[in-house]
Amino acid sequence: MTLCGVRVPMMASLIVWCILWEIVGRMELIFLVPPFTGVLSAAWELLHNPKYLDATAVTLRSFALGMTLAIAVGVPLGILMGRVRAADRLLGMWVNMFVSAPLSALVPILMILFGMGTATVVVTVFLFSVWIIVLDTRAGVQHVPGSLVEMARSYGASRWQLMTRIVLLAALPEILAGIRLGLIRGVKGVVIGQLLVSIIGYGELFELYSRNFLMEEFWALTILLFLFAMLIAEAVGVLEKKIEYYAGVRQ
Amino acid sequence: MKTTMDGVAAMPGPRHGAGGTLLRAAAAMGGGMLLWRLASIALFCGLWEVAGRVPISPAFPSFSATAIAFRDMMADGSLPAAFAVTLQPLVLGVVISAVLGVSAGVLMGLRRGVEWVAAPVFIVFQAAPMAALIPLVTFVYGIGLTAKVLAVCMLALPVIALNGYKAVRNVNPSLLAMARSFMASPWQRVVKIIIPDASPVIFAGLRLGVSAGFIGVILAELLITPTGIGDLITYHRSIANYAEMYASIASIILFSALTLAVLQRIETVFFRPEKQGA
Amino acid sequence: MGALHRIDPAPAAATILQRPSALDPSAGDPVVQVRGITKRYGGSVEALKDIDLDIPRGKLTTLLGPSGCGKTTLLKIIAGLLEPSSGEVRVNGREVTGPGPERAFVFQDFALMPWATVLRNAAFGLELRGVPRREREDIGRHYIREVGLAGFEERYPHELSGGMRQRVGLARALAVKAEVLLLDEPFSAVDEQTRRKFQEDLLRLVAQEKKTFLFVTHSIEEAVYLSDGIVMLSRRPGRINRIIEPAIDRSGSPDEIRRDKHYLDTVEEIWHGLRDYVD
Repeated sequence: MTLCGVRVPMMASLIVWCILWEIVGRMELIFLVPPFTGVLSAAWELLHNPKYLDATAVTLRSFALGMTLAIAVGVPLGILMGRVRAADRLLGMWVNMFVSAPLSALVPILMILFGMGTATVVVTVFLFSVWIIVLDTRAGVQHVPGSLVEMARSYGASRWQLMTRIVLLAALPEILAGIRLGLIRGVKGVVIGQLLVSIIGYGELFELYSRNFLMEEFWALTILLFLFAMLIAEAVGVLEKKIEYYAGVRQ
Repeated sequence: MKTTMDGVAAMPGPRHGAGGTLLRAAAAMGGGMLLWRLASIALFCGLWEVAGRVPISPAFPSFSATAIAFRDMMADGSLPAAFAVTLQPLVLGVVISAVLGVSAGVLMGLRRGVEWVAAPVFIVFQAAPMAALIPLVTFVYGIGLTAKVLAVCMLALPVIALNGYKAVRNVNPSLLAMARSFMASPWQRVVKIIIPDASPVIFAGLRLGVSAGFIGVILAELLITPTGIGDLITYHRSIANYAEMYASIASIILFSALTLAVLQRIETVFFRPEKQGA
Repeated sequence: MGALHRIDPAPAAATILQRPSALDPSAGDPVVQVRGITKRYGGSVEALKDIDLDIPRGKLTTLLGPSGCGKTTLLKIIAGLLEPSSGEVRVNGREVTGPGPERAFVFQDFALMPWATVLRNAAFGLELRGVPRREREDIGRHYIREVGLAGFEERYPHELSGGMRQRVGLARALAVKAEVLLLDEPFSAVDEQTRRKFQEDLLRLVAQEKKTFLFVTHSIEEAVYLSDGIVMLSRRPGRINRIIEPAIDRSGSPDEIRRDKHYLDTVEEIWHGLRDYVD
């Protein structure tokens, strides 16, 4: 949008929304909405609160573990499904189902299987993110141009070379796209897992703040979480752009 | 080939390319043979059965035990009753999100001003873990139906709106030029070109909205107050009736998968005749 | 004011210019008058520079040039789909400010609505003008038959081959009864066999419909085979390089024409001309 001849970036409208929030907060219409500045100062304090830092450490660890697992399993599984027809047919149905299934329903099961702790959250992150990584990797592998594979074969590439030097690299744009989507889902997974377990990490804090009606802290936590989610998505987005050039060459 | 934000249908090409990886994968598999599908199901159930018989955990019932529990719960009516309860906020929430989301999305696509004001909000809501806000709705709307409908809307609305927005923004420019060269009025442009051309992606967004709605309603039932399926899950868990608990969870996941498959089918038949039989 | 401007010196080969140029502004009754058209993109890239051109009525004129010479840009400016940076276009003496009912455009990528049948696509221009359904469908059917698609009225675009889709695009342009048909590389997405058949059909339509056709192509053979006049554009910034009137004798069969010495010489002539300034 342009105002007075100056291009205003789209995301700038978020500032307008924050100002609106401040005004609504100042009018004290609903106790649910404290002034935005109050939330910001709460966020600042939160960043110096050891309890928050502990919770962040716990959350980040579960997230990182779950994501590592999801990538370590998802990418090879996707390549397998992309290259081997039988594997694709046997697993495709389930992967497609789980990618859009309400996996939050599985968390109660995880809680009894893995206990009320980090393990459950790690598995939740894994389950939320792995399927989209599998699907995107599979799609990427299937779209590797046949001529490229034939070229490698004609120059005498071994199976392993073909996989690592051609297939994996050619499918990289899709794999990264899958990982980006997986990360966003993983963040949702870590939050949902912790909310349902509710005695560790951010879940515990959310529980604490909402139970005691500490609205400023509640919103501060939410905003920090949202920022984290956006930052992660952006970071992978930047990485994706870097390799996008050869996705463009391909079509 | 591109995949976009989580859940938002991707646009791989200038033409109707929505649904992205998911859709393409599903379409490729849709043509699969029945035999493979049966083998696939047998494999899954077999693994489940073995894992349950070993057992890997006392809280992990075998497939057969779960299936029997499912049959019993269908027979005594507890499962159908729970579904009836769970579906209320789901359907209400999805319908509300569909109406609001599609209108907001189309408006954002058509009007720069609306886009500037609203699109960033939806983009943030789409990428952020909205589930964190579910405890909040209980403050305002208590623990009744309203709160659960709101939970569904919170998760479903952003996907639907963003898909509508992208659908309108990605309308085939060549068709727009065609309409202009034949002197279509602005209204004709919207009604005869933009809406029909965007509708497959809009519908794909609705499907993703339903998927998000399922997550929302289950979270609401687990976090706000146990009702419907959430109640069955919580109750059977508390009395260690694991087979019944698993049956409830499996049935809601299966139900959502079937619903989404039906929607996908509708999408192919009505909006993408060019992809049928492919 | 058109008389003040003169077309760029166009030293067309004497062997080819056998009669006074109908494309010269001094010749009578041009339908489309292009005067001093310049088109810049993003302020710096000059796609077209000082184009002066008259398109004679009832003829098929071709804009020929290498890719990137701005021929499609020029066609779209005449169609009113693009605005020139400077200069003006007049159609029947009236200045072009946007698309008009006297011009119809045929798109390179067909621009068919995938959700509409062949009939609805063909009659779409009339639908937009509010012509009652009965009437517009009758007209649509007529032109679908005219372009050789009878029997396909209820099919959808995705059920047709590329060549057939472009025939729908042509039927749609004919159905609005415009005087000037603007065709933007209509055969570029069509295979060679279909293309030849299509060219022959187009010649028949030109003779029969008595309309003005303005045609963009990068194929020399196609231009010579079809055109009454060929406007050659040079590479960026697009300028009129020269104007040729092939005057091919079209009384013979298509194959005879394609073996005709005059036809082959003209193709060769243009080839040499193009090579001179490509190097």
